[in-house]
Amino acid sequence: MITLEAYFDYVILPILAISVMLVFIRLYRGPAVVDRVIALDLIITIGTGIITVYSIRTNQKVLLDVAIILALIAFLGTVAFAYYIEKQKDD
Amino acid sequence: MIEVILAILSTVGALSILFASIGILRMPDFYLRLSVTVKASTLGVGLLLICAAIMFPDVSVTTKAIAILFFLVITAPVAAHMIGRAAYFTDTPLWKGTIVDELNGMYNEDTHKLESNPDKIPPTASDNDSNIATTEEETK
Repeated sequence: MITLEAYFDYVILPILAISVMLVFIRLYRGPAVVDRVIALDLIITIGTGIITVYSIRTNQKVLLDVAIILALIAFLGTVAFAYYIEKQKDD
Repeated sequence: MIEVILAILSTVGALSILFASIGILRMPDFYLRLSVTVKASTLGVGLLLICAAIMFPDVSVTTKAIAILFFLVITAPVAAHMIGRAAYFTDTPLWKGTIVDELNGMYNEDTHKLESNPDKIPPTASDNDSNIATTEEETK
């Protein structure tokens, strides 16, 4: 019988880690700035998921506060990037 | 029983996040990558947050997880729309297999306003050459 802790450790967290690595390839390759922006946004969103799984795994509910902040930063960062990329075109 | 529910929810969530990251790597142009990642990653993280809400027998944690989920569902489409709009204005090329580009010539390039009638847009501002890439390498 597999325990839920072992399942989180050996299946869920590795899948999420591989996902971050795949997105990082896109962050490295580009080709445009906007591709990098959505790759960064996706990395932060997956980070929110990893923090959630980790807080379930270690039974520490305080870590969910960090997930709130990360979700906020992801939104603000993407909106700021979009705003300034659009401004840059006009100049 | 509750462990089975948690296992199923977290598996579906992790797999949809994995599909989102495969999609951002494999899709041929920016707009397809955007449409793949936003929906799948919101679903995946949402399911993982529902896992946390079920797991902790505490009202404060459930409230917090639902608040993050609500915030994510509200903000992800807004951010995706803004970055997609910025990409269209900065002439990010579309995939070479694109059949129709309905926004072509519909945006006033000076004021960034969308018009439904293309005659209202000054002809100097709207160029008629569409932004579809000619080679696969341009968008890769």
